[in-house]
Amino acid sequence: MDVILLQLLNGLDKGGAYALIALGLTLIFGTLGVVNFAHGALFMLGAFCAVTFNKLLSLEVVTTDPTQTTAWGSPMEIRTPYVEAFLGDFGTWMLNYSVPMSILLAIPVMLLVGFIMERGLIKHFYKRAHADQILVTFGLAIVLQEVIKAIYGANPIPQPAPELVRGAADIGAAFGFDPGVIVYPYWRMVYLAFAGLVIGAVFAFLQFTTFGMVVRAGMADRDTVGLLGINIERRFTVVFAIAAVVAGLAGVMYTPILPPDYHMGMDFLVLSFVVVVVGGMGSLPGAVLAGFLLGILQSFASMNEVKAILPGIDQIIIYLVAVVILLVRPRGLMGRKGVMES
Amino acid sequence: MATKTSPMRDLIFFVVFAVAVLTMPVWLAPIGAGYPDLLQKFAIYGLFATGFNLLFGLTGYLSFGHAAFLGVGSYSAVWTFKLLGMNPVPAAIVAVITSGIFALAIGYVSLRRSGIYFSILTLAFAQMSYNLAYSVLTPITNGETGLRVLRTDPRLFDSSNAVDGPLIANLFGIEMTGYAGFYFCAVVLLIAFFIAQRIFRSPFGIMLRAVKTNQNRMNYTGLNPRPYTLAAFVISGMYAGLAGALLCITDPLAGAERMQWTASGEVVLMTILGGAGTLLGPIFGAALIKYFENIFSAFNAQTLHEIFGFLPDFIEVPVVAVTSLFVGEGWHLTLGVLFMLIVVFLPGGLMEGFSRIGRLFKRSSGKSDQSGATAPAE
Repeated sequence: MDVILLQLLNGLDKGGAYALIALGLTLIFGTLGVVNFAHGALFMLGAFCAVTFNKLLSLEVVTTDPTQTTAWGSPMEIRTPYVEAFLGDFGTWMLNYSVPMSILLAIPVMLLVGFIMERGLIKHFYKRAHADQILVTFGLAIVLQEVIKAIYGANPIPQPAPELVRGAADIGAAFGFDPGVIVYPYWRMVYLAFAGLVIGAVFAFLQFTTFGMVVRAGMADRDTVGLLGINIERRFTVVFAIAAVVAGLAGVMYTPILPPDYHMGMDFLVLSFVVVVVGGMGSLPGAVLAGFLLGILQSFASMNEVKAILPGIDQIIIYLVAVVILLVRPRGLMGRKGVMES
Repeated sequence: MATKTSPMRDLIFFVVFAVAVLTMPVWLAPIGAGYPDLLQKFAIYGLFATGFNLLFGLTGYLSFGHAAFLGVGSYSAVWTFKLLGMNPVPAAIVAVITSGIFALAIGYVSLRRSGIYFSILTLAFAQMSYNLAYSVLTPITNGETGLRVLRTDPRLFDSSNAVDGPLIANLFGIEMTGYAGFYFCAVVLLIAFFIAQRIFRSPFGIMLRAVKTNQNRMNYTGLNPRPYTLAAFVISGMYAGLAGALLCITDPLAGAERMQWTASGEVVLMTILGGAGTLLGPIFGAALIKYFENIFSAFNAQTLHEIFGFLPDFIEVPVVAVTSLFVGEGWHLTLGVLFMLIVVFLPGGLMEGFSRIGRLFKRSSGKSDQSGATAPAE
């Protein structure tokens, strides 16, 4: 029982990341009708926003302290980050909270990236075949990841979580299980809450604002919305930018869990696409549901007990589920009728 | 290209192509590509892309998992070496058969869906094969280290029992390295190209084009497209398997990274770059990518400084800084940019570019071209 609960929890945070990326993908697909293979790259860009923010904050000023000497007799060098030198305790606090703070950087950056991508490239591909969309965004993903690689190098760059949430909680003990069995890092709880918050915000935005209403109408029937005299394309640009922000935020907050490197986007992209397909192309609740579901399934499949029965299952479970779902229920879990059916 | 087709024209076309391929060592030497290792790659990846084009170019089904067949072909070739001996012919035959069976199984399942679902399904299968080859199937694939032929292997029919020296595939005494290896690959490529040409011109090929153009109409006329697409998928998988076998014949080592989805992306790239749906395009695209990969990744800041040495310093430094992003390690960046440019501006690939240029010069044939360079169907 407790083992199952532990795996359930472990699956949730990964599922949260899948759900966030898949949400953006579905949003783009449902409104613009574009298959965006560069969405994983947006996730990666978000993660590197956090890296950049942290790097900026930890720019150091080097002062020498003549009263102390090193083992070689030269004056001791003291490195203090500029923010600490200028802002004192507040600077230290900022450095500590650099990951959550970099959300502030990530939102405008990702909005801009999304805007430029849509206006500069995706716009021209609305009318082209899906194969062309896949190909051009695939090319874009390669370009983005190579640029990041050229700037930040090929090695993963670990990002610390704030000290307050650095440890792990023994939540099993709180619910009456044996202590020390169900141990769950605080940051993963934060990530889970954050994912829930973002997903809730996106749904609320679509459900309760006029803008969201127009977008939903556009997802259902874009021609009619256009005929009603609404400039649907402009809204779609905003939708694309929002999807980029969602992916970027997912990346920012994921950095303490997985040190970002340039190909993390591609790794997540393939899985997120599978998630979208399992959830049903064009269905937002489906994407979220499938994201968590697959995350949990993956974590169950990596249990030693399961691996003993079916060796290698942890490596292929997600793809296997996708194949089964596509064959048994082609529309996915919650896909609407008539979306992307040939 | 070939707008009007007649058996005679096809034959001439094939002979010209054959002569061009076989004389590659001569006419490619001036641009620094006249050495066997690279030429082997041209032939092998040309073969791979030709096979991919039979599926994508004709039926419009975009498979994102073709590298799996390349990997299966490689593994079965190496296993044939291990069990039967270092003759490349049985290795190639076994590779074609196993990859064909593999493609039959995957194709049977994947072709139930079309469009992006098909792409995702093939991608899923390829990723499964890749992950399994790395983890559970290690006894068969030798995991990360890669599968290679060892001296202790049985090699039942091997004549040469030399105790020292590396194990190299040999065709009745001719070692498959250097130019001998290239000519072996080239002959295989020519045979495969001839078959592909026949398929393009056959009623079967026309059926495949019909699948791409309008599957609904095909259904209404009472034809079931599935057997045709499945046959195309299997043939295309066999081509990929053969290419994988050739990779092992020229260098008897098979690794799982050959099956990764980036490798599948690469063959898509080659086909698109050259021109999907044309006979010559994919081979051209494959050669171009392998050539530039080879040239560009050899560059470094030093060579760039030599190239741009004629510029004044204050221009040279930024020019070198920018271009160095695109060469050496950053060769993939060039590839990505190139890929985007091609998809955006020249959806028909370079072959379409050539025919556009050709049309500028002779107006007469301006009425009906578009042999296959239209946008891929879903």
